[in-house]
Amino acid sequence: MLYREVGQYHASYRTDTAIFPIRQDRVGMLVILAVAFIIVPVFGNSFLLDVVAIPFLIYALATIGLNLLTGYTGLLSLGTGGLMGIGAYTCYKLATWFPGVDIIVWILAGGVTAAAIGALFGVPSLRIKGFYLLVATLAAQFFLQWAFERVPWLYNNNVSGDIEVPTRTLLGLPVTGPNATPATRYEVTLCIVVVLTVLASHLVHSRVGRSWMAVRDMDIAAELIGIPLLPTKLLSFAVSSYISGVAGAMLVFLWYGSAEASVFSIDLSFTILFMTIIGGLGSLLGSFLGAALIHMLPIALRNVLPGIGLDLRPATVEHLNLMIVGALIIFFLVVEPLGLARLWQTIKQKLRVWPFPY
Amino acid sequence: MSFKWTSIAAAVAILVGTALPALAADQIFVPLFTYRTGPYSGGGIPIANGMHDYLNMLNARDGGIGGVKLDVEECETGYNTQKGIECYEAVKGKNPTVINPFSTGITEALIPKAAVDKIPILSMAYGLSAAALGDTFPWIFNPPDTYWDGLSVIVKQIAAREGGFDKLKGDVIGFIYLDAPYGKEPIPLLQQLADKYGFTAKLYPVAGTEMQNQSSQWLGVRRDRPKYMIMWGWGAMQPTAIKEAAKISYPMNNFYANWWNGDEDLRAPGEAGKGFHNLNWHAVGANFPALQDIKKYVIDKGMSQTPADEFGDEFYDRGVYNSVLIAEAIRNAQKLSGKKVVIGTDVRRGLENLDLPASRWKELGFEGFANPLSLSCTDHNGHGDLFVQEWDGTKWVKASGEVSPMSDVVMPLLEAAAKQYVDKNTGWPKRTEACDHTS
Repeated sequence: MLYREVGQYHASYRTDTAIFPIRQDRVGMLVILAVAFIIVPVFGNSFLLDVVAIPFLIYALATIGLNLLTGYTGLLSLGTGGLMGIGAYTCYKLATWFPGVDIIVWILAGGVTAAAIGALFGVPSLRIKGFYLLVATLAAQFFLQWAFERVPWLYNNNVSGDIEVPTRTLLGLPVTGPNATPATRYEVTLCIVVVLTVLASHLVHSRVGRSWMAVRDMDIAAELIGIPLLPTKLLSFAVSSYISGVAGAMLVFLWYGSAEASVFSIDLSFTILFMTIIGGLGSLLGSFLGAALIHMLPIALRNVLPGIGLDLRPATVEHLNLMIVGALIIFFLVVEPLGLARLWQTIKQKLRVWPFPY
Repeated sequence: MSFKWTSIAAAVAILVGTALPALAADQIFVPLFTYRTGPYSGGGIPIANGMHDYLNMLNARDGGIGGVKLDVEECETGYNTQKGIECYEAVKGKNPTVINPFSTGITEALIPKAAVDKIPILSMAYGLSAAALGDTFPWIFNPPDTYWDGLSVIVKQIAAREGGFDKLKGDVIGFIYLDAPYGKEPIPLLQQLADKYGFTAKLYPVAGTEMQNQSSQWLGVRRDRPKYMIMWGWGAMQPTAIKEAAKISYPMNNFYANWWNGDEDLRAPGEAGKGFHNLNWHAVGANFPALQDIKKYVIDKGMSQTPADEFGDEFYDRGVYNSVLIAEAIRNAQKLSGKKVVIGTDVRRGLENLDLPASRWKELGFEGFANPLSLSCTDHNGHGDLFVQEWDGTKWVKASGEVSPMSDVVMPLLEAAAKQYVDKNTGWPKRTEACDHTS
């Protein structure tokens, strides 16, 4: 019923190959955007915004970044944490050098350095792939985290070794720093995430995206049909790293408010990789679903378990949390190894033919 | 791409919304950030138990503070900054009296938020040292000593053993530290003292990922033969260092550390750690009326998670000390504000008026438990006296008299650090909070 497509005719290739060819999807998308842009910031309290929504969006963006590389181009990487750090530290340096410039510019600029460094570490991808490439990106991750700890210039010789976010305004409203309200930070985060997601969506549906997928499916065949491997792979590394870098800058500037080097550890890389895999490789929707599951599930459990009358100690809840999240991840992967995005595809297909499945 | 996602979001929003427990308006809300899980839980559990048990004892014995029950709520951080921020956001809407982050990373993330949200932060002998200056950081408190105070006491103690500062000339003092901001903080002071008194400081950094693999550092120690060793370590690094020191037969008696090594760090090496020194400002053990009350009202009633053999440990007692400061601050806040149910802004004043002379400790049932402590609007630390204690193979034994920190060298460092912090954070607010406790 929900997906009755009767009467929806595609009269041109343009409408037939659109990203959302079905009207229900387009309406649903508008509803989600309306909820995200208006309802959530107006009615959400600071817990919902600061603990649930902002981190979810930032993780989703980082997951999109990794998904472009791993899901669309088929190149495994464990360097996401380090690249997010590059974005954050670049943004920090730029914001302290040029305090007058709009902070949004520097958040977006933070990704540029990440893109350059990501492309540099992507050079081995021409010769090695799979687990061997994973090891090469692991080296990048360890090197970058080492640099964040050992190069005092990066954190302006701060005694504590942290980078601290200064207060910066946009149109008179504080956007970063302790004086920025959660709603403002949420709206800025949402805008950046939506814009970059749309860009990424157009990219993967364009010639560039198709050449990435050709490389993913069989790189020799892709080379034979005239796709130059090195530029394609490096472009994938650069775009993926750019998005990761922006996500990293947002992580520190729009969420944490300050960060130490250990934030960008291998744990962060793993978290993002899990989000990518659980959500579904090669799916932008999956990036959001994966980030939602891995980020929100523990928070929900932490609040629901005591809420339903189980008077558990916080440490017990934490242990239960780890067990339940782990079990659910295994469950989802057994039920649908291709990730949540594929699960949604299946559900949607069923809905389209409901109530007369064939 | 739509309905499932909307419903997930809606479900999560509803669950989160309904699950937040309603706030009882007639209780004083004391959140405790603790870490009973994760790689550092070995130190986190006894501290959490101590903090929790003392406040619950006040509830059970006195019906709270000033007749108002305390609503003590633990939030599990796992020593993880992100979860700490999550905890902070979860409690900040419920009128918390004071935040105890119990992690330097979480403290530093919360410092800028404290002044905006009007919630004081008590980071007891950890966190940002410069926060000792109340004029710059009116909302942050880090009594009773900073790490620089601690190092100066160790150097003073070494000089006393050598027979005077002039005898340090030509000596070599080794400094083994966790290669993180926390471990590196004392180095400028150590270098400064080395230049002043003519000793040589040798540095042995231990990377956070290599805490349990220190053979190369101790090979260096064997080569350089430092007369004394000073350690700024954490977690698994400390038992490893002690075992390595024992392996190269380093005289344990000449090995000093700050105050973050608990019983469990020494229990692993056991006898091998005999003679090891660290700093402290409170007694160890359960031989105090107030601690016996904890046993009577809380532990024996089954209201605590404290295992019998950890009751009265060094870290347990440190948790208790932390809670005594909270309780005293709340008591002061009630007096100053005239309200029964106090909130963060009152407790900030209460903390600035914290005054615990020996007589007050006695009244509280802690005679001889801890050194006197007095804070003021300008001094949020106290820079109290410290003493050295020695591990006798099974427990800590007090091994020195009270030693005062060298404030003449520590204060300039604190002021420089605070100035640097303010310069970095353009627009750092000037203190506007009124002061009701000068000197």
